[in-house]
Amino acid sequence: MQRRTFVKGLAATSLLAVSSTSLEAKSKQAKISNANILTGKEFFLTIDYTPVNLTGDRAVATTVNGQISGPTLVWEEGDTVTLHVTNKLKKSSSIHWHGIILPYQMDGVPGISFDGIAPGETFTYTFKVQQHGTYWYHSHSGFQEQTGVYGTIVILPKKREPFRYDKDYVIQLSDWSDENPNTIYRKLKVRSDYYNFSQRTVGTFINEVKEKGLSKAFNDRKMWNQMRMSDVDIADVTGYTYEHLMNGQPSSKPFTVLFKKGEKIRLRLVNSAAMTFFDVRIPGLQMTVVAADGNHVKPVKVDELRIGVAETYDVIVQPKKNKAYAIFAQSMERTGYALGSLTPNASLQAKAPRMDAVPTLKMVDMGMDMATMNKKESEGMKCSSAMNMPSKKSMKKYKFQSMENQKYPITKLPMARGVQTTMMAMSPKYRLDDPGVGLRNNGRKVLTYADLKNRYSTKHDKKPDREIVLHLTGNMERYMWSINGIKYADSKPLVFHYGERLRITFINDTMMNHPMHLHGLWSDLETGDDNHLVRKHTVIVQPGSKISYRVTVDAKGEWAYHCHMLYHMLGMFRKVVVS
Amino acid sequence: MKKTLLLLSTIFTLGHTLYAAEGDDPIRSMFLMDQFEIRNTDTENLRTWEGSFYIGYDIDKLYFYSTGEATKEGLESSQNDLVYSRAIAPFWDAQIGLAYDKNADASKTWGEIAIAGLAPYWFETRAALLVNSDGNVGVRLDAEYEALITQKLILTPSLEADFYTKNDAQLAIGSGLSLVEAGLRLRYEIKREFAPYIGVVWEKTFGNTRDYNPVDETSLLVGVRFWF
Repeated sequence: MQRRTFVKGLAATSLLAVSSTSLEAKSKQAKISNANILTGKEFFLTIDYTPVNLTGDRAVATTVNGQISGPTLVWEEGDTVTLHVTNKLKKSSSIHWHGIILPYQMDGVPGISFDGIAPGETFTYTFKVQQHGTYWYHSHSGFQEQTGVYGTIVILPKKREPFRYDKDYVIQLSDWSDENPNTIYRKLKVRSDYYNFSQRTVGTFINEVKEKGLSKAFNDRKMWNQMRMSDVDIADVTGYTYEHLMNGQPSSKPFTVLFKKGEKIRLRLVNSAAMTFFDVRIPGLQMTVVAADGNHVKPVKVDELRIGVAETYDVIVQPKKNKAYAIFAQSMERTGYALGSLTPNASLQAKAPRMDAVPTLKMVDMGMDMATMNKKESEGMKCSSAMNMPSKKSMKKYKFQSMENQKYPITKLPMARGVQTTMMAMSPKYRLDDPGVGLRNNGRKVLTYADLKNRYSTKHDKKPDREIVLHLTGNMERYMWSINGIKYADSKPLVFHYGERLRITFINDTMMNHPMHLHGLWSDLETGDDNHLVRKHTVIVQPGSKISYRVTVDAKGEWAYHCHMLYHMLGMFRKVVVS
Repeated sequence: MKKTLLLLSTIFTLGHTLYAAEGDDPIRSMFLMDQFEIRNTDTENLRTWEGSFYIGYDIDKLYFYSTGEATKEGLESSQNDLVYSRAIAPFWDAQIGLAYDKNADASKTWGEIAIAGLAPYWFETRAALLVNSDGNVGVRLDAEYEALITQKLILTPSLEADFYTKNDAQLAIGSGLSLVEAGLRLRYEIKREFAPYIGVVWEKTFGNTRDYNPVDETSLLVGVRFWF
């Protein structure tokens, strides 16, 4: 095994050597500083079993070229790239190029784009690179993504980018478990709170009684208890089984980013986790967000950002002191973190700050309308203290009314209620300026979608021709996930018309965040300014909320459209047919 | 009994090999021994169990329930149910099948329909309606609640009540309210799958049942809860 890895390593280096000269000639911008990169126009990737030890115990991963994360692929905008992917697993495999615009046959989704790569076979992908920025790739077969089949894609731009930096690092976040993913899925099916050890206890309730008195404490719990939902149900799979990784390294072995004082460092953040949302910050430094999902945004300075599963953000940081800074990525439910060191000296390692408190969901995450709640209160129903939300401010004047007012012809879609659905967002609102559960009012400037504005004007983009509404639905107790109450296996494909501009509105009827990923077509997200719609490939739909984006249907074929939470996507999935 | 166990173990292994298949709804099985305990009654140490096994999918499952008690001399009594279970509402399953009661002297088979699920305020509930060839109709109700003292220390109050329309001397059940059992168990989950516990249970027979089998006692108990 070791020998094989060595041989591959050598191959990688020689490829690098061949192309690095052209790379330097091409661009004055700094090259990727990570060790594990492949550049050029032709790539050889092998998916195979690899023994790993990420937790102190030995386990077998599925990897690309023997490594977790897989090699970072560096492409150049305008090139035609060819990728030979060999599957040495005993099962069918695939690679999907996440966020890349390409012919649908090259998209790598078994059963939709192609048949998958059978054991022992090689599939050759080839397509023209029409974009630039930070993206990633992963297996779209079974649960192989959980066990290591992922890596980053960096596409160098043709034109110089509108910002400067001295060094360029990929920070790929992921989650690893020594458990077989089939075991994880089965455990969630037989007991959906299996991995949640932050549940409400009798003590929590007693404290609330002390604080508010029995009747108020009881009433505050009333709706949750009646609905059989838990306000501490933040993540399905947690640090109980997960080791959180940064560039494949556990927090005990922090990934190191080197800087000289005053240098500007570009960090390409990629969330390749199966199930983990990360809240990323570098205590002591502000991050300037310059791109989201590969696309330039108007620079925005933040202390912290939440990166949902499958999203990417490019940030620039400029350390002013000669000290080690922690690149701290805590999981949303606060059961673990990935850690890196931003340091002037490799022997100087940063310490992780304390994790934040375990967050609790509020009524707004159930899609309850504050206004009605307040009315009900006056009618005798006690209002939850959970109402003391940051959005109280926005209640006065609903910031996103303009989005509410947009009316396009709505194409009705099949809808089912029943076993699949335990909740319905009664009054879902656009919550683009809501940083999300666990980040509200934490004293830091946290990135929200409302902060994301396309760097370039979208004023002349076509207005939507029509709209569809998709409800994200689920039954947490039985661990079933679906769209419009219909799971993928029972669904008909969504039909998009070639050439149209489509508005898609999501309503999240669950208490989980769902990162929705549309393959092959951009999602132009409405964040409050139609002249600067931000271009994304993966959009987080917050619990109980509503969000809209526009899609220019400019690629024929069949595409996948799904929640990127690995254990949700089997049901919360649709095939899209563009004809 | 041996046959049943054999069948169960076959189904069980089958389930485990099959669930590796891909898809959103793989077949799965779960064996839960909710109560496996020794009760210190006035007269003797009573061994009791209450467990379930299911195999199936999100919507359709085959369920087997078993509860009973034994002394040193052997089986006192047991109640067993084999039902087809179908999810009919987000939190509720409707079930139909057979129940089989057995004691040292006799056995009897019932037709059974039941509803099982999670009631508001998190009460795990099952209500079964039984009919046998004697024309006896029975209702058996079970409810259980889990209160977390800590993440691993869990207090479980439970309540069971049985009713029948006719007397049945063989099974030692009488018409009307027949039995009430209330329990309180405190378990410590060393793992999710394995938890030893201590507890107390109060059991009382009523009405005509009292004539066959007068019981009114409170006993301390110790046991383990496990599942896989």
